[in-house]
Amino acid sequence: MTKRFNTGYKITVIILSILVAMLIGAVILIAIGADVLKTYLVILTEPLKNKIGITEVLLRMIPLTIVALGITVAYRSGIINIGAEGQMAIGILATTAIALLFPNLPSYVLIPFAILAGALGGAFWGFIPGFLKAKLEVSELLSTVMLNYIAAQLYTFFLRGPMLDPAELTMGSGTPQSMRLTRNLDLTRLIPGTRLHSGIFIAIALALLIYLLLWKTSYGFKMRAAGAQERAARYGGINVPKYLIIAMVISGAFAGMAGAIEIAGVHRRAIEGVTSGYGFSGIVVALFGGLHPAGILPAAFFFGLLLYGADMTQRLVGVPANMVQVLQGVIILVIVSSKMILANPYLQQRVETKWLALTKQSRKEVQA
Amino acid sequence: MEHTTRTINSLRVEHITKRFPGVLACDDISLSIGKGEVLALVGENGAGKTTLMNVLMGLYHPDEGKIFINDEEVHFKSPNDAFACGIGMVHQQYMLVPNMTVLENIALGYKQAWKGLKLDLALVRRQVKDVIGKYGLTVDPDAYIWQLSVGEQQRVELVKTLCLGARFLILDEPTSALTPQETDELIVLLKRMAGELSIIFISHKLQEVKDLSSKVAILRHGKVVFQGTTSDHSSSDIAALMTGHEVVLPHNTGEACCLGPMLQLKNLKARSDRGFLALDDLSLYVCKGEIVGLAGVSGNGQRELAEVINGLRHVESGQILFDGQDIANFTPAQVIDAGMGYIPEERNTEGIVPSFSMKENFILKDSTSSQFNRHAFLNNKEIDRNANELREKFDIRSPNIEVAAGSLSGGNIQKVILAREISRNPKFLIAVYPTRGLDMGAAEFIHKQLLQKRNEGVGILLISEELDEITNLSDQVAVIFKGKIQKVLPSSKASRRRLGILMAGVKDDEEI
Amino acid sequence: MTFILNFLSLGIPFSVALLIASLGEMFNQRAGIFNLGCEGIMAMGAFLGMLIPYSIGRGADVPGIYNYLGLLVATGVGALLGLFFAMVVVTFRAPQGIAGIGLQMFGVGTAGTLFRHFVGGTQSIPGINRAPIPFLADIPVLGPLFFNHNPLVYVAFFLVPIAWYVLFKTPWGLRVRAVGTHPRAADSIGIQVNKVRFQALALGGALAGLAGAYLSLCQAKMFSDEIIAGRGFIAVALVYFGHWNPVKIMGGALLFSLAQALQLAIQGLGIDFPYEFLVMLPYVLVILVLTLSRKAQHMGPTALGKPFNREMRT
Repeated sequence: MTKRFNTGYKITVIILSILVAMLIGAVILIAIGADVLKTYLVILTEPLKNKIGITEVLLRMIPLTIVALGITVAYRSGIINIGAEGQMAIGILATTAIALLFPNLPSYVLIPFAILAGALGGAFWGFIPGFLKAKLEVSELLSTVMLNYIAAQLYTFFLRGPMLDPAELTMGSGTPQSMRLTRNLDLTRLIPGTRLHSGIFIAIALALLIYLLLWKTSYGFKMRAAGAQERAARYGGINVPKYLIIAMVISGAFAGMAGAIEIAGVHRRAIEGVTSGYGFSGIVVALFGGLHPAGILPAAFFFGLLLYGADMTQRLVGVPANMVQVLQGVIILVIVSSKMILANPYLQQRVETKWLALTKQSRKEVQA
Repeated sequence: MEHTTRTINSLRVEHITKRFPGVLACDDISLSIGKGEVLALVGENGAGKTTLMNVLMGLYHPDEGKIFINDEEVHFKSPNDAFACGIGMVHQQYMLVPNMTVLENIALGYKQAWKGLKLDLALVRRQVKDVIGKYGLTVDPDAYIWQLSVGEQQRVELVKTLCLGARFLILDEPTSALTPQETDELIVLLKRMAGELSIIFISHKLQEVKDLSSKVAILRHGKVVFQGTTSDHSSSDIAALMTGHEVVLPHNTGEACCLGPMLQLKNLKARSDRGFLALDDLSLYVCKGEIVGLAGVSGNGQRELAEVINGLRHVESGQILFDGQDIANFTPAQVIDAGMGYIPEERNTEGIVPSFSMKENFILKDSTSSQFNRHAFLNNKEIDRNANELREKFDIRSPNIEVAAGSLSGGNIQKVILAREISRNPKFLIAVYPTRGLDMGAAEFIHKQLLQKRNEGVGILLISEELDEITNLSDQVAVIFKGKIQKVLPSSKASRRRLGILMAGVKDDEEI
Repeated sequence: MTFILNFLSLGIPFSVALLIASLGEMFNQRAGIFNLGCEGIMAMGAFLGMLIPYSIGRGADVPGIYNYLGLLVATGVGALLGLFFAMVVVTFRAPQGIAGIGLQMFGVGTAGTLFRHFVGGTQSIPGINRAPIPFLADIPVLGPLFFNHNPLVYVAFFLVPIAWYVLFKTPWGLRVRAVGTHPRAADSIGIQVNKVRFQALALGGALAGLAGAYLSLCQAKMFSDEIIAGRGFIAVALVYFGHWNPVKIMGGALLFSLAQALQLAIQGLGIDFPYEFLVMLPYVLVILVLTLSRKAQHMGPTALGKPFNREMRT
């Protein structure tokens, strides 16, 4: 197989798959009578036109990166974590509880402590499906989804009950949310007049950490072996169930941390809708980023753009923000399909044979 | 394609070529066979026999070449077209759906019984009865496939193929899972059938070829290297043509000696995946510096035995004394640490992580050893050095050490596994079907390595279905049947016939 | 007594969406395909089922026929989505778990987008009403329990024996079981494995679409983003729980709907218990059920989740 053909083939497949994703999205856009080109243009360029826009994209990149890193650890270890949404919610509850209990701790103690609490909360919520999968062969796909619903209910319960803002009780507006958490928890805002906070450095540091863990340590080696070929890993003396659980705990911890950082950096209180689909978007980011930290950072930026851009389409071209979910779904489907197409040597060879035949023929024609 | 019942007077293939990525499986093959003939298609594993037959069945489409029946060209787009012309095939791995009954399995291909919303099983039953009566086969049409033994399943396959109207039979290594006695029965049956049918018979067992076939064609590396009448050629002629050169596989010539027991299995009981007793009170011992060959028809507990020793399967009762220590129900890691080496049956999915590079596969068992690991970080320099050394020493043909192990050929994958296991300096080695599907050259290499380890004092348990491999290499031969050791004999006394009788479950072979 | 009766007659209609969707998923899985996108197809079904009568009637009472047109469209689009999924996982052989999540996001997202555009906010519709069966509905106790329901309730329970017959007694069912258990065997005797899988996924999708439309047209009589509330995922779990057998799946669907009915009944009694914990109940139950259900030995589709490729040599 010629190398030139090989690279060309791969690039063609990737370009085609992006086009296919946009095309399927276009079908929906046409169905709602929207201007397809303008919508895509708004999503992809409008956010980048000013400082606020760019920082808002970066702001969304933070939870996306952290969640996607966690999902990558799980995915590489052979377990698909769809439960980041729930793990985030539990992480937020834990962080909020710490902030409510110890409002007077100085920042440099409270922030690590609260983020750690968030990580532990998420880790616990990730441990459950990991344990069920490792010990009882319960499909993690189903258990994590169920735990999302359970976490969502727990979340509302706490925000309506034990953690409800006392002001809401007296005012009686009934919004389920906690009080404004102590300022000692606030992450520094980096640029005045924007919401971008120091969490972005945490996200980048975590990306480096995951890279080292997965590719440079024996723990990562064992996790990846367990994920790539479970039988061979077992044969090689790797305690597969143990590493499955560890991977899910790490995955959950990352989602929990993402939640904690969202609270400390953006919302500063626990309110409904903080997770707002980050758990699912994280899956798309992880896949789009090739399940590698170096790919996840740009992928997270791209999807941050998409998420913020979709908010703008509502205002500018009247396309509901749900459209971003459509695009994410299509992108998953297209990525997994094109991955398999790329990995299929039979198809590649067939295309190459036809390509060669075609070029030969045209060359002959030229000669004639 | 029209369904016909015309007799097949001749079948001819001309210039068939079939490529797979990186492999030329069939290279310009031409063959012909007439009515009532039995053609034996012989060749080593990977010579292209099965691919050629799959082309004939319409399962693969040839890149080049033509097929003629009664001198008329035919195009098979799917197996349906082949059936319609009266060609049927019994595959090496039986093509039966385990959770359906015999009748349902046959109905799956018997389109006359598909009557819209109704499946006419009564019609299928009548057809099965006809076939059973005609050829004297015994099959229970209402049994579920998973309830049947391997021999019974093969009869079901034959009945199925005949029910679907086959007048031209292709049998792909029909005896590979049978005991020598079952093999004899099958050959008698096939001889009887040959009166009315044409048969192509794939095998690499020369005795069967001599017994059954009228014509023989030899394939090597995808090419027909010889065609002729079977009776004109001796087995050794055919063997030489098959391999391209006279191959003398290494023999164990060392003195049998016992330097003290290394592995002692006492009254082992363990269950299979399906929950029945796969090892039933099994006892066996292997000494240092000794090879014990475990012979038996596959599915009699060999896989479970290897897994149980290596901590991959739960032991219900009994002991596994390894160098004096009971390792029953140790974790795989503990067994490895105790000094056990293991060449598993499934080399592609168990012996290696296919997507990992070759060098990563070399440290599969040692990622935390002090050699490759410093404070939890992998020592890449040492890993590379080790990989390069092993690649050279074991003559592993690969572009470099970074290549994904799964992309290597079967023989090279087996060498990767062997290199890893041997370089770990085990006290004991369990080798399961170590040369299955490999060419003679690779097999020879692996046999030499095993013998060398034996001579260095390592005990080896060799599990195999190739009786020649077992008798060539072993000091002692143990025969396994239904999870029990039937008998252990010194290799010198293990004749094919005697092993065959033991493998079939007859306990005291001395009387026969 | 009336409490129990209320609770039971409430539970039976609740089971319908789960039952129909999981019968569909059963055909998918019997053919070897695990369709986690069921939730997304149901969302589309629910939206389309409601859209047709709504856009024709604009809230006013519309002739019943449009409700049924809604059901039909939902079923048809469900089948199309099933075929779309088949293209991804059968033709392209993409990993089914993650592809299912993609389909789920696509379906839920599309339904939400279209809903916002065509309907806007919460709008209730008259929907399909109860159709008591004459005479039978008047039998005390049994009448209200079994014969005073929405027409689709009867259809759903009638589907159970039909599904059983199709799966075990027809040539097509035979092919479905074969391609899900030993695709190579099916292929070797001339069955087009991928074609059968496409067919099964179309059927599964159609039933998921119908199940979704039941929720919007018969149960809630409106559409909202959360209308499916994980029922698609529960349906997938029920198929495992029911060991790919229609009768056992029906048992599972009833068990879940009774849990849901119990939740409502307890609320109705005015017992002071945090509402959120009641809503959690079915989801907790799924995890419990999955934990407790042992894998069936020989009877399940053993090729579940594995793409088929004739030329991949093993």
